Amino acid sequence: MTIAVSFTAVSRHFGSVKAVDRVDLEIGEGEFFAMLGPSGSGKTTCLRLIAGFEQPTAGHIEIFGETVEGVPPYRRNVNTVFQDYALFPHLTIVDNVAYGLMVRGIAKAERYRMAEEALALVELPGFGNRRPSQLSGGQRQRVALARALVNKPKVLLLDEPLGALDLKLREQMQEEIKSLQKALGITFVFVTHDQGEALSMADRIAVFNQGRIMQVGSPEEIYRQPSSRFVADFVGASNVLPPDFTGAGRWASLRPEAIRFTKSGGRPARVVSHSFLGGQTRVALDAGGQRLHMLLPSADSRPDDGSDVQIAWSDGDLHLMDDGK
Amino acid sequence: MTARTAVIGAGRAGIAGRLSDIFWRNPRIMLALLLAPPLLWLGVIYLGSLFALLIQSFFSIDEFSGLINHEPTLKTYRELLVPANLDIIIRTVSMAAMVTVGAAIVAFPIAYYAARYATGRWKALFYLGIMLPLWSSYLVKVYAWKLILAKEGIFNWLIGKLHLTWLLEAYLQMPLIGGNSLSVSYTGTFLVFLYVWLPFMILPVQAALERVPGTLIEASYDLGASPRQTLRNVILPLALPGIIAGSIFTFSLTLGDYIIPQIIGSSRLFIGQAVYAHQGTAGNIPLAAAFTVVPVVIMGFYLWTAKRMGAFDAL
Repeated sequence: MTIAVSFTAVSRHFGSVKAVDRVDLEIGEGEFFAMLGPSGSGKTTCLRLIAGFEQPTAGHIEIFGETVEGVPPYRRNVNTVFQDYALFPHLTIVDNVAYGLMVRGIAKAERYRMAEEALALVELPGFGNRRPSQLSGGQRQRVALARALVNKPKVLLLDEPLGALDLKLREQMQEEIKSLQKALGITFVFVTHDQGEALSMADRIAVFNQGRIMQVGSPEEIYRQPSSRFVADFVGASNVLPPDFTGAGRWASLRPEAIRFTKSGGRPARVVSHSFLGGQTRVALDAGGQRLHMLLPSADSRPDDGSDVQIAWSDGDLHLMDDGK
Repeated sequence: MTARTAVIGAGRAGIAGRLSDIFWRNPRIMLALLLAPPLLWLGVIYLGSLFALLIQSFFSIDEFSGLINHEPTLKTYRELLVPANLDIIIRTVSMAAMVTVGAAIVAFPIAYYAARYATGRWKALFYLGIMLPLWSSYLVKVYAWKLILAKEGIFNWLIGKLHLTWLLEAYLQMPLIGGNSLSVSYTGTFLVFLYVWLPFMILPVQAALERVPGTLIEASYDLGASPRQTLRNVILPLALPGIIAGSIFTFSLTLGDYIIPQIIGSSRLFIGQAVYAHQGTAGNIPLAAAFTVVPVVIMGFYLWTAKRMGAFDAL
């Protein structure tokens, strides 16, 4: 597999703030790679380092084997879909999409043809003559995508591109972006703070915290085998259990859907409250002072709040973590 | 009914309290009361006098008696096209255009720096630097420039120290823009106009640039545009409404000014001086009025052209 983007001990400091702190990273060609983390965790700075808007304070960055330190963004064959879309308000949609081709000196007829093709790709054919202000948020998002893709970038960077959309549209765009990536085979690097988005879209995920990568792995790995308390906490609604609770001398994570009620031989617990989530109901439990969450199919019968129950899980579901952080 | 008094507060008693309630329920009355005095002022005193002026320009003066003939006529406007008067108009409009272009060129980098890079204390310093000259008397500034640009002034002294007197001499030898010294040349007039009106260009351009999101500039770079292409295709078009707004100030202020060309320059008349002369000593009110209509028409045409060229599309 060709390496599309590689970071070697890359740091980016802003004064005394270590926005990115000795990050090592390899992103393969054609991969859908998600950078996941809370705000201020360094994920966006990493994206801007790839785009060329930031230069590393230390370390080494290669894109398809070429060293890119000191290479300005306009010389990199990498394009970005910005969080606020950054469409040019004074240009029509077709001129927005054709902008990258225009500055490369491609003739008007040719670039308009390519722009219309790109607009058809994102299912906005015939929108070329409108202005960005006349489009909805979802449509602007598609234009931003078309404007980046028309340049046939080696790597496409997406900075929280779905953040401003409402839930339904966001789910639809997640699927569309995912299938677009599969069809085009372009390397996508996607920044998000939404773990659901990262899990559902990415081939691999890097979880960021305080400028460092906590864990890199497939969505399955990240979800089932979090390496640290932070990852377990941040990704999904796992129960994070202290060493004295597990009795294994290490912190552990336990997914809510792995917990079940049992008649006998389980741990005693009390039902604290429940919340109806649609298909599932989340039940909050108190097991000897330790708060736990479990997920039940809403169709199942559920003990009343305040009742005493016994709970159990199989040993395989209790994932012991190396890292107590 | 204690529950009711708990929901609806007692409020202020008396006429004042009742008046506030009436205003709250009828915001239009409030608006009308607020707007009436300034609209009366603007409508009657300001626009009214302008209209009176416009009417004057359609009267004519009797050459023998010097009395104003109140018959509506275009005779006065024909008089504007006499070579001597046309010269005044062309001279003023060219100067205003030069000052506007010069101000835009000087103002843009300053405004760009202030809008994109300056923060906190530097920004405060920027505003102070721009506004400070506006606080001092206009006449003082103009006379100060006369001293600066005079043959014995500090500018000539500095040029002498730099051993560049020959260059200045050569420049002053040139027709039209040259003269005996800078203070009696069109170049001097231009420099002082530029200095005096520059803040009126910087502030709107800076305001326009401040509204340009940084991500648009990054997006342009990201799509492969060099800094020069980004300036041409993104920054300048988005700053254009600000430049147009600034140019309205610099252009119209230069068109109407009669003090600067009188103190610094070649003593050939500008529109403002012509108006001053005709309404004063000459007593030719119709011609003075016709002269003042010229800048109004030019500004109207200028705005119409700017709109046609899409200068306000990004607003």
